[in-house]
Amino acid sequence: MHMADALISPAVGGAMYAASAATAAYSIHKIRLLNEPKKIPLMGVMGAFVFATQMINFTIPGTGSSGHLCGGMLLTALLGPYASFLTMIAVLLIQCLLFADGGLLALGCNVWNMAFYGCFLGYFLLWRPMMKQKLSRGRIIAASILGCILTLQLGAFSVTLETLLSGISALPFGIFAATMQPIHLAIGLVEGLITAAVLVFVYESRPEFLMDCHTEEKKNRLSVRSTILILAVLALVIGGGLSLAASSNPDGLEWSMERVAGSAELEAEGPAYDTAAAIQETTALLPDYAFKNSDSAAGTSFSGVAGAAVVIVVCVGGCLLFRAFSKKKRHE
Amino acid sequence: MDELAARDTWLNRVHPLAKLLVTLACISVTVSFSKYNLVGLLVMAVYPASLFILNELSFPDALRRLRVVLPLVCMVGLFNPFFDREPAASFGSFTVTYGMISMVTLMMKGILAVLSSYLLVASTGIESLCYALRRLHVPAILGTQILLTCRYISLLLAEADRIVQAYSLRAPRQKGVHFKVWGSLAGQLLLRSMDRANEVYESMSLRGFTGEFYDHPKNAFQWKDAWYLILWLLLIAAARYFWR
Repeated sequence: MHMADALISPAVGGAMYAASAATAAYSIHKIRLLNEPKKIPLMGVMGAFVFATQMINFTIPGTGSSGHLCGGMLLTALLGPYASFLTMIAVLLIQCLLFADGGLLALGCNVWNMAFYGCFLGYFLLWRPMMKQKLSRGRIIAASILGCILTLQLGAFSVTLETLLSGISALPFGIFAATMQPIHLAIGLVEGLITAAVLVFVYESRPEFLMDCHTEEKKNRLSVRSTILILAVLALVIGGGLSLAASSNPDGLEWSMERVAGSAELEAEGPAYDTAAAIQETTALLPDYAFKNSDSAAGTSFSGVAGAAVVIVVCVGGCLLFRAFSKKKRHE
Repeated sequence: MDELAARDTWLNRVHPLAKLLVTLACISVTVSFSKYNLVGLLVMAVYPASLFILNELSFPDALRRLRVVLPLVCMVGLFNPFFDREPAASFGSFTVTYGMISMVTLMMKGILAVLSSYLLVASTGIESLCYALRRLHVPAILGTQILLTCRYISLLLAEADRIVQAYSLRAPRQKGVHFKVWGSLAGQLLLRSMDRANEVYESMSLRGFTGEFYDHPKNAFQWKDAWYLILWLLLIAAARYFWR
C-alpha cells in the first residue's frame, strides 16, 4: 500500500506532510511528557523487528499464498500510540530511502495511511477499550483482527482519495475504491491473524510487555470511598435539584390505569385495606413526596435527598452485611 | 548502499543538506507537471541521468529498485487508456490517445522520483541524512529512531533469516511458515529483540545516553555546497518555467 511519488500531486503531498508532521509533533510532545527514556532504544529495535518479520512469508492455509505482519497494530499494542507512530515514521522513511518502497514526497501520505490509523485508531478505538476490562486470548485476537482490517480499509480508502484529489488517474473513484477495498479486506484479515498469533504468544509468555493491560485496569478501578462519594453527590443533585423539574403528568402505569379504569388510583374496600392505610399514614414521614400538610417545593427537594440517602444506606449496609456474613462463613 | 555512500566522489562530498533539498525540489517539480506533459518530464530526466554518469553509479542497480514501486503505479496508469480515449495524434492508422500519454507520464514520474531518491541515498548515507534532517529542525528523537532502526535492521534480518532457515530445514518442501507456528516463530524473535533492546539501553545509559543523539558532519556547509544547491534549484525552476 506504499504510495509512490508519481501517484500524488505536490499539493496533496504537502497537505499530508503537514497532517503527519502535526501528529508527529504531538506524539513527540506526549513522549517527552511521559518521560520514558527506556522506550527510545526499544522503539528502534521494534522498528527493525517489523522490518525483519515482514521478510518472513506466512503461509495462508488453503490459498497457496502468503502474508506478513501488520506493523501498526502490533507496535501500538506493545509501545502505545505515540511511540509506535514515531517508530512507524522511521520504518517508512527507511523503506522509502533504502528500499524505494514509497516515495519521498509521498512520505506524508504513507505515514498517514499506514501509521496514523494503525497506531491511533487501532489503539484508542479498539485496543484500549477492549483490554480495559479484562485481558484474554479472545480479546487480543478480536482486537488484532478488527484493528488490522479497520486500519487497512481506512488506509486503502485514503490511497484512493489522495490519488483522486491529485488528479492522476482517469479511473473513476467508484471503480478505484471497488478495486482497492476488497483486496485490502482479505489482506487485513490475514495480517490480523498473524498479528494476533504474535500478540497471543507475547501474552502467554511475557504479558507485562503488552500495553495498558494491568496498569490501566487498576487505574480505572474506583475505590469504595470514591464510588460512595460520587453516588452521594449525584443523589443530592438529582434528588434535590432535578426533582423540582419533575413532570406532574401521570407515569406510564397511572396513564394506562386512567385509560382502562377511568381513575389513576383504584379504590379498595375492606378492614385489611383500612388497617394498612392507617399504618402507612403513621409511618409516612413525607406523604406524596412533600412535608405533611404542606405544598412547598422544599418538601419535594428534601424528599428526593432523603429518599436517595435511605436507599444508599440500605443498599451499602446490606452489601457490607452480606460481605461480613460471607467472610465469617468462609472462615468457619 | 552503505558502500556506495562511503565512496570518495565529488557528489558524496557535497553537504547532505544541499543534496536533500535538491532532491525534494526535483521530485516536487517532477510530479507537478501535468499528466500530458511528456516533454517536461524528459527534460527533468537530465538531473538523474547527468548525476548517474558523473558519479559512476550503476543504472541497472537503480532500476532493480523499481520492482517495489512500479506495480501500484502501473495498476493505476494502465486504466488511463481505457477511460481517456480522446485522440492526441495519429501516425498512419495508429492513434495516440491522451490516456496513453498520461499512462506514460505517470510511469516516468514514478521512475524519475525513485532514481532521484536513489541518488540521494547512494551518495549520502542514512547517518548524514539524519544529520541533514536535524539541520532542518526535525526533532532529535526522530533522527535517533531512524538511526537505531537502521542499525538493527541488518542484525534482526540475519536473526530472522536464521530462524526461517532452521524452520525450513525441519519442514522441507513446505512453502512459507505453517499457521500453527506463526505466533511462536515471530514471537520468539520479538521477545529476543526486546531483551536485546533492554541490554542496549543499559549499555547506552552507562555510556551517558540521555535520549539525544549527537552527530557531527564531516564537513561544514561550504561555498561549493551553496553553489551546488543554487545551480540545481535554478535549473529545476527553469525547466518548470520553460516546459510548463
